[in-house]
Amino acid sequence: MEFKTILFYIFAAVTVLAALRVITARNPVHAALFLVLAFFNVAGLWMLLQAEFLALVLIMVYVGAVMVLFLFVVMMLDINIEEVRQGFWKNLPLGALVGGLMVAEMAAVLSGRYFSLANLPPQTLPANYSNTKDLARVLYTDYAYPFEIASVILLVGIIAAVMLTLRRRKDNKAMHSSDQIAVKSKDRMRLVKMAPEVELPAPENKGEQA
Amino acid sequence: MIPLSHYLILAAILFAISIVGIFLNRKNLIVLLMAIELMLLAVNLNFVAFSHYLNDLSGQIFVFFILVVAAAESGIGLAILVVLFRNLSSIDVEDLDTLKG
Repeated sequence: MEFKTILFYIFAAVTVLAALRVITARNPVHAALFLVLAFFNVAGLWMLLQAEFLALVLIMVYVGAVMVLFLFVVMMLDINIEEVRQGFWKNLPLGALVGGLMVAEMAAVLSGRYFSLANLPPQTLPANYSNTKDLARVLYTDYAYPFEIASVILLVGIIAAVMLTLRRRKDNKAMHSSDQIAVKSKDRMRLVKMAPEVELPAPENKGEQA
Repeated sequence: MIPLSHYLILAAILFAISIVGIFLNRKNLIVLLMAIELMLLAVNLNFVAFSHYLNDLSGQIFVFFILVVAAAESGIGLAILVVLFRNLSSIDVEDLDTLKG
């Protein structure tokens, strides 16, 4: 057996086991860490498929950013694990039925006996081939507008996440400079019309009391 | 040489596992989001495998965009989760019945 085939089976087995542990883990923190393991192994599979750029992006973006965000949220929330686990195995028969059916159907279609998928030869690339360079060439020419739309989607994601979790405090003492600039003299000082005060003559018995 | 169908069946197994995960973890919204991430990963694996075997880079470009959308989705989803937990003190899907749907 070729070394790449052995690597494929190792990566695939660890990925499937990690995915199984993600959905059955008792503690959500363990589930997140097993998901990290699954991402690492799939990145290895992508390396085998000579998609080096995407494999590294998967590790950096997913493991480095998204999964850390997941861990933040999991540890921030105070979850009662026992309560969350109620009725866990009740849905297993239906879920296993649907999942098993899907895998059986896909395997029947894909196993290559009726289609010529197995005959499709993998491409052989020269040693100095740069996946990143080729990807960039396609991305910035044919897919330039989708690329810009993707950046807008990320911007919308940032703004939405910030606005959703923003809490305005009632006892905040911060100053609003726009209000301060827009203030008029009428807002600060009120002129009241009233009758003039007349100073009365001093009472005569002042000296006696003292 | 690893045939293409091996990759596709592995992706199908991953997808099925995440479907079972959605069935099992009805009370835990966080693991539900993780199962969705796993599903997207299975789809991405399909894209990369086809891109390699058909010698066409468009599949990898699509994976790139799926990663962007998945990152935005998980960010907003976790923000909604935090707001939900702040208001309901629960991450149970069954408790989300305010709209009486």
